[in-house]
Amino acid sequence: MTLYFLDFLLFMIGLYALVTKRHIVKKILGVAIMEYSVNLFLILIGFKMSGASPILMKDMDFVTFVHTAVDPLPQALVLTSIVIGLGTLALMVAIAIRLYERYGTFDMHEINRLRG
Amino acid sequence: MERILPLFVIIPVFSAVSTLLVSRWERRKFPRIWSILTVSSLIVLLYFIWNQGVLVHEMGGWKAPFGIVMMKDSLTRFMLLIINGVALITLLYSYSYILKREDYLRFFSMFLLMLAGMNGVALTGDLFNLFIFLEIASIASYVLVGYDIGAEELEAAFKYLIMGVLASMSILIGIAIVYSVTGSVNMADIARFIEANNIVDNKAILMATGLFILGFGLKAGFVPFHAWLPDAHPSAPAPISAMLSGVLIKSLGIYPLIRIFYNVIPMSPVVSNIFIFLGSLSMIVGALMGSGQIDIKRLFAFHSVSQMGYIIVGVGLGTPLGLIGALFHLLNHSVFKSLLFLSSGAIQSSTGTRNMKELGGLREKMPVTSGSTVVGALSISGVPPFNGFWSKLIIILAAFQAKNMWAASALVLTAFLTLMCFVKFQRHAIFGKISDTVKRSEEAPLPMLMSLVIMGLLCLLIGLFNQNIIANIIAPAQEVLLNKGAYIMSVLGMAGGG
Amino acid sequence: MKKKNGSGMSSIVKVIARVMVGFMMLFAGYFILLGDEVPGGGFPAGVMLALAYILITLAYGREFVEKKLPGVTASKLTDVGVLIFLFMGILGLYFSGTFLDNFLKNKDWWFFSSGTIIINDVAVALTVGMSLYLIFLALAIFGRVVCEGTLCRDLGREPGEEK
Repeated sequence: MTLYFLDFLLFMIGLYALVTKRHIVKKILGVAIMEYSVNLFLILIGFKMSGASPILMKDMDFVTFVHTAVDPLPQALVLTSIVIGLGTLALMVAIAIRLYERYGTFDMHEINRLRG
Repeated sequence: MERILPLFVIIPVFSAVSTLLVSRWERRKFPRIWSILTVSSLIVLLYFIWNQGVLVHEMGGWKAPFGIVMMKDSLTRFMLLIINGVALITLLYSYSYILKREDYLRFFSMFLLMLAGMNGVALTGDLFNLFIFLEIASIASYVLVGYDIGAEELEAAFKYLIMGVLASMSILIGIAIVYSVTGSVNMADIARFIEANNIVDNKAILMATGLFILGFGLKAGFVPFHAWLPDAHPSAPAPISAMLSGVLIKSLGIYPLIRIFYNVIPMSPVVSNIFIFLGSLSMIVGALMGSGQIDIKRLFAFHSVSQMGYIIVGVGLGTPLGLIGALFHLLNHSVFKSLLFLSSGAIQSSTGTRNMKELGGLREKMPVTSGSTVVGALSISGVPPFNGFWSKLIIILAAFQAKNMWAASALVLTAFLTLMCFVKFQRHAIFGKISDTVKRSEEAPLPMLMSLVIMGLLCLLIGLFNQNIIANIIAPAQEVLLNKGAYIMSVLGMAGGG
Repeated sequence: MKKKNGSGMSSIVKVIARVMVGFMMLFAGYFILLGDEVPGGGFPAGVMLALAYILITLAYGREFVEKKLPGVTASKLTDVGVLIFLFMGILGLYFSGTFLDNFLKNKDWWFFSSGTIIINDVAVALTVGMSLYLIFLALAIFGRVVCEGTLCRDLGREPGEEK
């Protein structure tokens, strides 16, 4: 249970960085920390304390595999989710660089020409 | 026949990738013709599978609860019709639309990737596969919103991107919670588990419900989550605004909501009340804030928020008449909102401005464009022979039938506000004295005009033949939603592809 | 005694980079070949491939790598990777009726035990590797081109096409 609690704390740290900081790159780092915590949450769901890794060896019985190994499905989901997060993060950084060229500042409070 | 289902995703991805491999010759003409051919072939395929009943395709040969399934039923074919139809007309429009950044290959390949993602969301029967296709479509749309890399477009794209990433993370946490309770990510399997063990009041499922409403609501643009919509939709190039506001917010926001809350997790009174409350709030806030706008695209974007509220009130009411009204309004809104955005793009590329106070007397210089804009404005206000009137009427009748007086009065009030706002728009921009900027402009090129006329005719025809359309297209879709047992049976009971 | 000759970094960095790149590419190949039994697969293989090219770009300078792997070719190789993946899926549709079926799993003439997964891993590694390399080029080397007016002359692409 403490693992889930610490994971939630990590999510809150990322959210705090996204909401409070004014610099664009700090906000992007907040989003990255939040993505890590969501992926960690997915893996923690299939986690057993002192479980084996989910590789079916040649001489292993199927029933013992189900009882001792951690759940492999969330691990497959997380692999995909990490790749998606990578693409999104790269896009965010590219947009941040171009924003700096247009506005001349990294401060999000100044980049507000669209309002109303 | 089930072999055709993956082709809806394979063909756009193949076209998107092969567009980028074209070398220096034919850099302008090739992607436009190639993408129009692609979407036409998709519509031909849709015609083939239209009446085939329920089709289930298991990817990779793995059986249903373990593998990923692609499934087509009446609701899916309805969404596929809307997505591919609006995409075809938008591609016809963008044949002669000039982008500020002259990189047409990447524009069309991103467009086709977004289309592939939306088709995948409509066709899938698996919750995590839905998330993946949602992400593909969303990332392609983030790129396309900031495509003309000016200062305001990039700011809008950045805000849209951050809120979209928040939405995706909420959806992923919701999927994780549902997996931890039920042990499967297949939608039919989750539905069977919840029904068999009768755990509707489980606290974890309730939290997953809240997270799904947050995530998908952010993609759809309801009121607490609408802040990205009025910035992102105007800043995109006009065909992308039409795709975003016409199809993307419905296919990535409303369709997963109705699929999950009617077929997977049953609709409880709490969720129903949340939908009706948020929907009414969206309607009124969207219409009020849209009244004060001068930029025409920003005005249309705010009214998108308000019309989304109509659809969600219809969904939240839960009665069969409410669902028919919601689905019909979904179809109508795609048609007339894309018409409005495409015509605003035609106005902007001819006169160079989007400011309502600078435009005036458009109907003398650009008769066809202003005619179709008037048709779109009348449709969204709900004036009788056009299609908006029928769907709004059905939703208002459903609200009165369910004895929900607050929702009904909000609906009627919003109809008045929308009418007032669009009368003001028409008076400033189309009728009235001709202004100097309009004097120097001329009519839009032919492909743009053709697509506008087609959309305008569709508005009129859907309005005139509404009984026919409701009986053949919408009523089967609504029956699928209300009939959860049939959904489970068709996915899990079927003996495999071939 | 480090002196810079031409572009790139000093000679010590160049020599060490030359030695390490071979091992990095070998590691990528190891991930692909044994991806079904050992934790690995297509995606880490692609990352190692991209890192090998990034190391050479940092050590030797951009002009040297442009002769070996131009940015345009890397862009086309990403598309070729996606096309190979789709082609294997369509072959599965043709032979066994379901998309992405593992139709080479029990054939005698195919010497990998995992069937079509090897070819899919190669396609994924190619796509991911070239994509990450292009992201690096677009952000770090071409990122400082100022775009005024309507035409934009940088060669890096807007990233975000991950599958």
